[in-house]
Amino acid sequence: MAEAVLTLHGIRVRYDEPTVLEVDSLAVYPGEILAVMGPNGAGKSTLLRLMGLLQQPTHGKIYFHDREVIPTDGLAVRRRMASVFQEPLLLNASVYDNAALGLRLRGLDRHSIERRVQPWLKRLGIDHLVRRPARSLSGGEAQRTSLVRALALDPEVLLLDEPFSPLDPPTREGLLLDLERILREAGITTVFVTHDRDEAFMLGDRVSVLMGGKLLQSGPTTEVFAHPVNLEVAHFVGFDSKIPGVVESASDELAQVRFNGGCAQVVGNFQAGEQLFLCLRPEDITVSLPGAEDRKSSARNRLEGKVLKVTPWGAHYRVAVGCGENRLVAFITRPSFLELKIAEVDEVVASFKASAVHVIKRK
Amino acid sequence: MELIWEGIKHACWLLLTGDAEVLGITLFSLQVSGAATALSLVVGIPLGILLAMKRFPGRSLVVSLINTGMGLPPVVVGLFVTIFLWRSGPLGFMELLYTPTAMIIAQVVIAFPIIAGLTMAAFQSLNPNLRLQLLGIGASTPQLLWLLCKEARLPLLAAIMAGFGGVISEVGASMMVGGNIRGQTRVLTTATVLETGKGNFEIAIALGLILLLLTFVVNLLLTRIQQREQLRWPKQS
Repeated sequence: MAEAVLTLHGIRVRYDEPTVLEVDSLAVYPGEILAVMGPNGAGKSTLLRLMGLLQQPTHGKIYFHDREVIPTDGLAVRRRMASVFQEPLLLNASVYDNAALGLRLRGLDRHSIERRVQPWLKRLGIDHLVRRPARSLSGGEAQRTSLVRALALDPEVLLLDEPFSPLDPPTREGLLLDLERILREAGITTVFVTHDRDEAFMLGDRVSVLMGGKLLQSGPTTEVFAHPVNLEVAHFVGFDSKIPGVVESASDELAQVRFNGGCAQVVGNFQAGEQLFLCLRPEDITVSLPGAEDRKSSARNRLEGKVLKVTPWGAHYRVAVGCGENRLVAFITRPSFLELKIAEVDEVVASFKASAVHVIKRK
Repeated sequence: MELIWEGIKHACWLLLTGDAEVLGITLFSLQVSGAATALSLVVGIPLGILLAMKRFPGRSLVVSLINTGMGLPPVVVGLFVTIFLWRSGPLGFMELLYTPTAMIIAQVVIAFPIIAGLTMAAFQSLNPNLRLQLLGIGASTPQLLWLLCKEARLPLLAAIMAGFGGVISEVGASMMVGGNIRGQTRVLTTATVLETGKGNFEIAIALGLILLLLTFVVNLLLTRIQQREQLRWPKQS
């Protein structure tokens, strides 16, 4: 792999006890988008502030292009990066003046500033707003201005701290799509912090999952989303059903796992007696009425249970099914819901493929 | 009512004819209070910024002292400055008592806590993340402070207005440390007191009106700058 642009080593941040951030090692490589994902209060923003040299760690070292950053060259290194925060944080000035601010701070002349700012204003679709005062902008326009202000600096690392979270869904979607295109086209090295797994999945080439101040897993996005290393990460990346079970029998690439409420077949090499968690995504489970299962379905696992709760969930319905002491969560489409006419305590069958199960070994 | 009317007429006459003594007192008042405000800005704004942005041991004590200082009675200031500058006082060797310098010192003591306190409030009213954002796009420390001052310019103007208004209109300290010496340390407020004491209500009203007009014009100018900015760009919710 290429030399990392930014590396964190042995980082500890303590305000008072306990430690709020503990990262042994994290590197950002040129051209990649690293999504740092985690719930609120996980230490994501602290991590981003450390990367942007806006905060000093209590312990640990930060390297920029393999050279340790020392306080005296803080400004010089800071000027090779750019940060965008959750709030647009614009000055009480025009859109153009805000967009040009970072370049002005670097002492560039008027023409050079205009040459660098204009294309970005255009790419982010706010070139018609240049004379508008920043305080008269909508949330989406203000955040676009904030992005232009950062992108115009041509940063070696762009640091984004949940820039979409205060926006309404349509505005957020539009900006997310535009930004994804721009970052890919321009190949800008980006660290993107979010609590939204969909945003992380969409933007990130790699994902790091941060919880309780600790990095639980880092890897290519598809890898982290498909193979979370523990239950916390599994829950965060969307495995809503987690069933504890024991391997009853195992053969080549297939194992029979027994748990309270039934048994299921899972793909993988396991040994009899091994204790596991079977993790399932809601979209991988189908719900049908007893006796009406789809015989053509390739799903090897069929579990009988009772409907615990049905909740409208955006375009879907979220159905919680109780199987013994375990709880499976499935998404069903609106037409399916109308066809099944299921309600609480109704008997149903939850089906899923053996290959849809992600297995986490119990320690 | 006639007394007031005569006073107004006399004031207009003094203003229009450019009475040398009144003009002298007015200019002297502006010089003393202007200098005191300027010095208070030099000390008060950095202190206000420091208190708003940094946490250090003893900070809350300094903030309490500043807040107390914002309501300091000018007579008390006059008393202590007089004691300090008294011939046998700690700074008596400087022989500053009953000089314009002594008046400026007393007015700085009055204006500087007002300016420091309001500057602190102005900076605390800014979004705390703005500092990080400006650093995050490459601002150096001086650039950061300049941008934050620009962003807080409206409340900072209010701080200057309050500081100047506080010292141009005070009488106790100026009287005590200046001595109201004609042609040397007489300012509009002390002259007004003197003329009222002598029963020269017409001149006292005239001086009072000039003082009022002066304060009004200075504040009108600053208020217009402040309001123009506020009204020009309505904030979008």
